[in-house]
Amino acid sequence: MIEHDNCQNMLTFLSDFVDGELNQELCMQIETHLSQCPDCSIVVDTLKKTIYLYQTSSNGSEQVPDEVRERLYKCLNLEEYLKSN
Amino acid sequence: MNTTDINEYSLQEIRSGNRAEFVKLIDAHSNQIYRLALKMLNNPQDAEDVLQNTFLKAFQNINNFEGRSKISTWLYRIATNEALMIIRKQRPEVNISEESDENDNDINSPVQFIDWCCLPESEMVSSESKVELDNAIHRLSEALRIVFILRDIEGLSIQETSKILNLTETAVKTRLLRARLNLREQLSAYYGDRLLAGEKNNDRT
Repeated sequence: MIEHDNCQNMLTFLSDFVDGELNQELCMQIETHLSQCPDCSIVVDTLKKTIYLYQTSSNGSEQVPDEVRERLYKCLNLEEYLKSN
Repeated sequence: MNTTDINEYSLQEIRSGNRAEFVKLIDAHSNQIYRLALKMLNNPQDAEDVLQNTFLKAFQNINNFEGRSKISTWLYRIATNEALMIIRKQRPEVNISEESDENDNDINSPVQFIDWCCLPESEMVSSESKVELDNAIHRLSEALRIVFILRDIEGLSIQETSKILNLTETAVKTRLLRARLNLREQLSAYYGDRLLAGEKNNDRT
C-alpha cells in the first residue's frame, strides 16, 4: 500500500508506473499519492522526461559512418557489395 | 529503437553461405550495434572493433542461432559481450554479472526536486545538452549503463535484456530503476541550472 507520507514505497513501483505496466489498482493508488505529493510528482515527471530525452536524442542518430562501414565490409570480405549500396 | 526486426533477409540463405543475404542482415542491424557500442564505450575506435567482431562472429556462428529469440537480440548479445570484453581488458576489476547484490537492493532516494520539464525542448536536446546526456550515461557504472542502454535506448524488453546479460528479470528491473534515478538526478542538476540561469536572464530584462 502506498501511504501518503511514505514516498519511499513509491520508488518500488516507479519504473513499472512510468512504463505503464502496473495494474489498475496500484496505478490509481500512485496517482492519488502524486496528486497529494508535489515532490513525487516532480520525480515522476522528470523521470519520464529523462527517459524520453535519451530515446529521442538517440533515435536515428549514430549511423555507422561510411568509412566505418567500408572497413566492416572489407574485414568480412564483402567489398564487392559496397558499390551496390 | 528496436524497430528494424522485419527480416528482409533469409536466414536459410545466410546459413547456406549466401553473402548477399548476409549483407542485408548487416545493413538491417549495423546501426543498432554501432550505437550500442558507442554508448557503452564512448570511443569510436572501440565501437568499430565491436561492430566488426559482432558481425564476424555472427557470420561464423549463424548455424548455432536457433531462432528462439529475435536475431537482433542474438546480435545484441554478441555485441554486449564484445563491449564488456573491451571494458575488462582496460579495467579488469569491472564485473557486470557480480555487481554486488546488496548494492542491487539499495535504491537511493531522490534528492533533486526541481521541475525542469518546462524548459523548451530545443534547449533540452541542443548539441551542448546532448554532450551532457552522454556524459551522464558514462558516469553510471557499467552494470547499470548496459541495462539502461538495452532497455531504454534500444527499446528491448526486460525479458530480452535479462537473457542478453544472463541476469534475472528482478535484477534487470532493479538496475534499470537505479540507472534511471541516477540519470534523473544528474539531468535535474544540469537542467535545473539552465532553468535558474534562464530565470536570472529574464529578471535582468
